Amino acid sequence: MIKFENVTKAYPDGTVAVDGLNLEAPTGKLTILVGPSGCGKTTSLRMINRLIEPTSGTIYLDDQPTSGMDAALLRRRIGYVIQHAGLFPHRTIVDNVATMPVLLGESRQKARSKALELIERVGLPASFAKRYPWQLSGGQQQRVGVARALASDPAFMLMDEPFSAVDPVVRGQLQDEFLRLQREIGKTIIMVTHDIDEALKLGDQVAVMRVGGKLAQMASPSELLTSPADEFVADFVGRDRGYRSLGFTKTAGAVAIGEEAVVQLGASAEEARAKATGAWVLVVDGGRKPLGWAQPEQIAGGELKREHLNLSGIAAAASGTMRQLLDAALSSPSRRGVVVNEEGKLIGTVTATDVVKAIEAEPHLETAR
Amino acid sequence: MNIEWLGRQFDNIVFLLGWHVLLAVIPLVLGLLIALPLGWWAHRSRRIYPLLVGIAGLLYTVPSLALFVLLPLVLGTKILDPLNIVAALTIYTVALLVRVVADALESVPEDTVQAAKAMGYRSYQSLLKVELPVGVPVISAGLRVAAVSNVSLVSVAALLGIPQLGSLFTQGFQLRFFTPIIAGILLCVILAMILDGLIILLNRWLTPWTPKVVAS
Amino acid sequence: MNYLFDPRHWTGADSIPTLIGEHLLYSLIALAIAAVIAVPLGIYIGVTGKGVFLIAGLANALRALPSVGLLILLVLLISPAFPSKMGYILPSLIVLVLLAVPPILTNTYAGVRAVDAAAVDAARGMGFRTMKILTDVQLPCSLPLVLSGVRSALLQIISTATIAAYISLGGLGRLLIDGKAQNDYSQMVAGAVLVALLALFFDQLLAFITRRVVSPGLTRRTIKSASAAEAVKTPVTV
Repeated sequence: MIKFENVTKAYPDGTVAVDGLNLEAPTGKLTILVGPSGCGKTTSLRMINRLIEPTSGTIYLDDQPTSGMDAALLRRRIGYVIQHAGLFPHRTIVDNVATMPVLLGESRQKARSKALELIERVGLPASFAKRYPWQLSGGQQQRVGVARALASDPAFMLMDEPFSAVDPVVRGQLQDEFLRLQREIGKTIIMVTHDIDEALKLGDQVAVMRVGGKLAQMASPSELLTSPADEFVADFVGRDRGYRSLGFTKTAGAVAIGEEAVVQLGASAEEARAKATGAWVLVVDGGRKPLGWAQPEQIAGGELKREHLNLSGIAAAASGTMRQLLDAALSSPSRRGVVVNEEGKLIGTVTATDVVKAIEAEPHLETAR
Repeated sequence: MNIEWLGRQFDNIVFLLGWHVLLAVIPLVLGLLIALPLGWWAHRSRRIYPLLVGIAGLLYTVPSLALFVLLPLVLGTKILDPLNIVAALTIYTVALLVRVVADALESVPEDTVQAAKAMGYRSYQSLLKVELPVGVPVISAGLRVAAVSNVSLVSVAALLGIPQLGSLFTQGFQLRFFTPIIAGILLCVILAMILDGLIILLNRWLTPWTPKVVAS
Repeated sequence: MNYLFDPRHWTGADSIPTLIGEHLLYSLIALAIAAVIAVPLGIYIGVTGKGVFLIAGLANALRALPSVGLLILLVLLISPAFPSKMGYILPSLIVLVLLAVPPILTNTYAGVRAVDAAAVDAARGMGFRTMKILTDVQLPCSLPLVLSGVRSALLQIISTATIAAYISLGGLGRLLIDGKAQNDYSQMVAGAVLVALLALFFDQLLAFITRRVVSPGLTRRTIKSASAAEAVKTPVTV
């Protein structure tokens, strides 16, 4: 674990970047430092690997104070990922990723083969190995940065706004993949971000800091949403808190899923009318995977074709969150949300009323994290 | 340092200074006038750019004394002909400025060019009224380098016997006399600084929109 | 053009190969000295940020000095103290080095500054020690600009060495100066052609070396900064 004990960073001109920070980042979990500009989150991060030295207080790495250690050796034990990746432009991707193992004394060959594995692990094709950083997009470079940090298999990782330099679509993908990766590798990670939504999405624990370098609240994402410690935290976490906290409540089978009749593409208008409930009928493919909704009246003589499909509805996984179920219901043209299993096959449908009933009935549903 | 000697030689020194100014400034102006269209051409045509810049680079590589000696073969001038020097220095100035002009035009923000087009400016109007003015600071910087270099290059022509401030150096060398040498160096440096300053002023006059920042 | 083709001029003490050799010798020695001074200095200023005034002030100031005047001044000052050849070799070398230092210095400085700050931060964060950051990251990444500075400097040196023949230095300039004295235009042309070829050859050689030595990872990055480097290239003032 990484522990801050009364850590302060004050500069000669009087500014206090971090003020008596006490914080414990549990082993194997992702802890996120979040807050507005000037709250000292990046300074705190960089004090862990001593790129900035604390003015007072102690930082512990698994109960060992960092102050006594050789700074360079300390840093070699910690993976470091920064905002613009900071890849070495003069080295190939594979050599970039292999930097740490080579630094730690491994043979270049072994380091390179390890690097190749990691390149694929972060979702890049092996053919990228011989390329140079300038040939990669920002998102791809960022993945290489993560691979490079993982190369020496450090127990700890520090990440400074790793996903903010890419566009929102790429950012979402990187976040999802990072979540998947963390589930596999389970390292002790501290990440800094200014984006509260990213913090809530990724973090096991979130530490909200206020300007002046003080900790405002440290809690799980759902706790932050449901019980913010003060006005600052409440404001910072933002609006739509009720709705967003639904994203952290699992359904746990509490919502009744209704049966739904289906047709397939190629069905006749009469068949569609027969199976429809109200104005809409659900269309699936041969494997019972939902394709979309259709209105039998619109099928002008002949058969149900792709053009007749309304694609606005989103399918929710049965094991998903309340928010996903509610969204499925609200986005569907028939007002019946499609629910699928892990393989994407249809289980049934839910209405918004069903979901809300379940929410109201069980205020203490198991939280996702 | 023999001030008395300077006093006696005053007329001669002024004569030499005058020639030096002519030999340095005429190529500067000519060079700029030739480099502007060439640079614009290099900027417009992606194929021509490497060709022109390449040739410019090669020409620039030829040492000055060598160029002074070889040009008569090409131009039919005599070595002792001041025209020869003017031609050589013009070539150097063009070689230096072609790339500068091309890069200056390149550095005009694309948005600005598009806005001019959208407002209805024709190509040459856009060039004269928008792109060149915006590119003036970069071109001025290059022009300053060319001006200062030219002042120094002209003095090399003394080795060929052409009268200008460099003659003070050769005279001093032959007579083992320091005064003309020091006078010559000082005058060259002062002349270079004056030209440099003039171009800076010209730049400021041509770009009234730039904030008055203290030059570092 | 006859001079070049006269076989007598290709052998003996004052022969063309000897002159080429001398010219090269002085040029490369001056380049080496200038590099030894300017590269570490440029790195130091670039990394620590101390002494930046040297960069701006030096480049502009030295460009204004007429090399002919400097050569002659120094030879008059120094040769009384040094009998024999050192009397003109020493001042020549001094001026050559003096004129070669600014391009190497400014380009080395620019090269070090142009290194991606994020890459340096990442290297520190990974546990590289300061020296290793310099050798493994900053130097390789600043190489294109440093080599550009060396290229400019060599050009400057070859050109000035030609002129130094006036103060009795050997080298290809001899053909030009002696040719003028003897009114032998053919000799002058020979010298001019040879020295132009020498300059062109070394310029292309350095361009070739740059292409080979600089990592391809930097080449695209440096298309923009190579223009900056060329602009920073202190032009030959002689």
